[in-house]
Order: sequence, then structure tokens, then C-alpha cells
Amino acid sequence: MEIKQKKEKKEEIVRIYIMGREYKVPAGLTIMKAMEYAGYRFIRGCGCRGGFCGGCATVYRVKGDYKLRMALACQKTVEDGMYTSQIPFTPAEKPIYNLEELSPSVNVFLEYYPEIAKCVSCNTCTKACPQDLEVMDYVQAAIRGDIQEVAELSFDCIMCGLCAMRCPTEIVPYNVALLARRLYGKYVMPKAKHVEERIKEIESGKFDEEIRRLKETSMNNLKEMYEKREIEPE
Amino acid sequence: MIRLPYYPGCAVQTTARNYAISGIAVAEKLGVELVELPKWNCCGVFPSLATDDLMRHLAPIRNLIHVQEMNDSGVVQNENRVVTFCSMCFHTLKEASLFVKDEEKLGKINTFFEREKEFVGGVKQGYKGGIKALDFLEVLRDIIGYEKIAKEVKKPLKGLKVAPYYGCLVIRPREIGIDDPENPTILENILEALGAEIINNPNRTQCCGSYHTIDRKDIVAKLTYDNLIYPIRNGAEVVVTCCPLCTFNLDFRQKEARELHRDLKEIPVMYYTQLMAIAFELDKQFYGVDLELHHVDPRPLLKAKNLY
Repeated sequence: MEIKQKKEKKEEIVRIYIMGREYKVPAGLTIMKAMEYAGYRFIRGCGCRGGFCGGCATVYRVKGDYKLRMALACQKTVEDGMYTSQIPFTPAEKPIYNLEELSPSVNVFLEYYPEIAKCVSCNTCTKACPQDLEVMDYVQAAIRGDIQEVAELSFDCIMCGLCAMRCPTEIVPYNVALLARRLYGKYVMPKAKHVEERIKEIESGKFDEEIRRLKETSMNNLKEMYEKREIEPE
Repeated sequence: MIRLPYYPGCAVQTTARNYAISGIAVAEKLGVELVELPKWNCCGVFPSLATDDLMRHLAPIRNLIHVQEMNDSGVVQNENRVVTFCSMCFHTLKEASLFVKDEEKLGKINTFFEREKEFVGGVKQGYKGGIKALDFLEVLRDIIGYEKIAKEVKKPLKGLKVAPYYGCLVIRPREIGIDDPENPTILENILEALGAEIINNPNRTQCCGSYHTIDRKDIVAKLTYDNLIYPIRNGAEVVVTCCPLCTFNLDFRQKEARELHRDLKEIPVMYYTQLMAIAFELDKQFYGVDLELHHVDPRPLLKAKNLY
């Protein structure tokens, strides 16, 4: 009995529409795998396949529902009656700046992305985010120049671009957030003292002799040293 | 201690920090704790006057929903008031709260908010109505009272000649205004309680030039001259304001105004809350004069009057 059920499940087929064309694919596949099953080969709009790179932004709608929804093709599984289209690249505004010449001032976002002032707080960007970030809230934090808040709220951004595609006031949230995280890392976040000290030690040549010895050690001895190395207690 | 929800807005968090720093300290001295909304967005800046432009009301209504949420989570109890320092924020929040008294409009806006439920970062319920935006001036007049303010004065501002300036956002239009639109007295009454000498400012309800300050500095420079020259001729030593945008225009555009009119003497512009902090003899950090936010430095005047 169990075996029969499994077999039935395996044969379950759903009907999806890739860029308007109908395909029958096995249920349970991600949109990306379903497209490959249907014969597409990705040369763009596909990166890590693990939900981290943001390369496979996808817009889809399910039959009977008027809402356009957003997802990552490598994460979202297909549903029966799904219409899907890929957005491998977002031609969004991205001003050039030199981080060395910027200062973490309250007006830095308005200077490079003045359109953020047009935000009507409709939260459409938040609805579009496949990472479940509070996008509108970090755009709002950018308006008031709160670099830390933008950096923290946007930390898991994967730059897929869907927020920018949906914004009715043409804001590019993900690039605003990138500027925030760069400024935060360079000017705001407290420096890790132990890292600075270690860099000084390295530069003063403290480890040169040890590295030289390691380089001259044979592979077998290296392996042995590795096996016998001291492991810090957890 | 009365706990009141407090909506900061972008200006008092940045370029007008001296307003909020002094205001929050003054409020505490007078027994009012201003509790910042756990989450807030831009007030909406300039309410849309088109009756069908619902999108433009999402921002202020969303903030009012956050006040509701403060009640639901128990941060405040049964509190339907929200306090602002910035006149623009006050004006926009109050305008929106009146706008959605029309149930059809509120219904449409709430239908929009309804769809946010399923999203992280979305509001979990619509606006139920009944939240009242208060300008901090109203808190001082109606909740605290001038007498209590006078009682807290440790160092009366004797001999300091102050000219109040209201601008428009807290007094016009009448439905939104907190005082007589033509002849407001609220700032005068507060300054009187502090012991200052009030100088008549016939231009105190005039336009400051508002956002023209960004792309038409010439217009604002002309208005700044008009708005300052009369109080200066009447003997004012400092102009006292209640709005960050007015303050910016009256203070920073003096540079451009002086290029147009060489007879304009520099005059410092300060928030009434700063003068209150001084008169209450609070810690100097709450005067908000050491933050490099003033174009015309008020410290020489304050020192000359033994107030700093």
C-alpha cells in the first residue's frame, strides 16, 4: 500500500507556463529545475542554486489569483497553473562613488539616491522581497540618514533587484542598502581590536619564520602535524 | 509621569536634533515621558490635497497604526494621542487623521493594509480611527499648563528680547491649527512664563518659503529678510520658532538674505524648547546649542545675558 502511494506521488505532474508556453513537469521541482526539465539551459539568471546569490529573480502568478508574486527560481517549488518569467538582470540606477571620499553623513543617501524622498511607504518593496526583509523600513531609515539601521535591516539582501522593479516611485532599495553597508563597515562599525593587532604582528614579520618552516615541510609531515594539532575546546 | 506616544520624524532626528533633545528633556522635567514609536516612517511630508489621492495618505496612516500597536502591545495604555515636535509632521498626521474620518476613504486605505498581513514587515491590522496628533505646544498648553511651566523656571530669561515666529503649519488651516490662525498666542504665553521680554513680530504668521529653499533660494532669501527685519527693528535679540523648516529658512538663509540686503543684521534663531531648557536650568547638553546646528551662533547672546 505504502509503495503504491509513493509511486502515485512520484507521477504527480503539474502544468506550468514558462514565459507563456505550457509545460507539464513533475510536482515538487523548483522553478529552476522545472525549467531545466522542460529543456531550458541557464546561461544567465542562475548562480548558486542555494538561495544566496540573488541571480534567479522570478515573477510568477498562479491561475485564479490576480496577484503577481516574486520568488527565487532556485527556492520556489512549482504549483499547478503557475505562470513564470525570469528577471535575470535589473537595469537599475547605480551611481558611481568613491567610498574613500564619502563621509557617513545624514544626507549621504539623499545625495546619491534623491528619489528615496519620494517613498510613500506603501510597502510594495517589502512584499516583493524573497528574503522577507523589511525593505520599506530600511528605505525610511535611509531617508533619515540612519546608516546603522539600514545596514542591519538589509543585512540579508541578496541584490536580486525585485524591490526596485516593484517600487511605484522608482527607488532602488537594494543599491541604497549596499551603500549603507559599505559606509557602516568602513566608518561606523567599531573596529575589531584583535584583528588590528594581529595584522600588526603579521606585518612586523612575527610569523614569517613559522610560515617558512611550514612551506618547507613535506606533505606527509604536514598531514601528520594537522592530525596532531591542538584543537581549542568548544 | 504621563506617558505619551512620540513620533520624531526625520528632521528632529538629524538637522533639528536641538529641538528634540531640548524638548524631550523639558517634557520630562514637566512630568511627561515621550515614548518613541517602536517603528515609524516618514510622516508623508505635505498632505495631498487631492481627495482621491489615497496613496499619499498611506505614510501618515501607517504611523497612526503604529500608535495603535503601541496600545496593543501594552507600551502605553488606552492612549489615543501622539506627540510631535516638527510642525510638518504634526500637520501631516493630523490632516490624514481627519481625512480618514470619511469611512469610504478609510475603507479603501484599510483594504490596502489588509493585504500586508501575510508579509514580514507588514502591519497586522488596519487603522481603527481615533488617534489624535498633538503638537508639543498643545501638550504644554493643555496637558501641562503655563502655570506649571512658570513654576519650573529657575533662571528667568529677564531682559532677553524674544520675537516669536509661528509659520503656517501649526495654525492653518483652522481645522488643523492649534491656535487662532491670525493671532496666535501660545508661543507668547510660554515665553512669558519663562520671564522673557516679548517683542512684537508682525510677520510671525507669514510664510517662511518652505521647500522653495531647495531650488529657489532667491524666493526664500527675500522672505527671510521680510520675516526678520521687522522683529529686528522692534528690538528683538532672538527669533523663537516651533518648526524645523521655518528655523532652517530663517537661520541658514540669512546668508543669502544678507547678500540681497546689506542692512540685515544677523540674529540667532532658536526653538522655544531650547529657551525652556535654559530657563529650567537643565544640564547644558539639553540646550542643544553645542551641536553645530545653528547658522547664527546663539551662544554669544546667551553668554552676554548670563544664560549660558
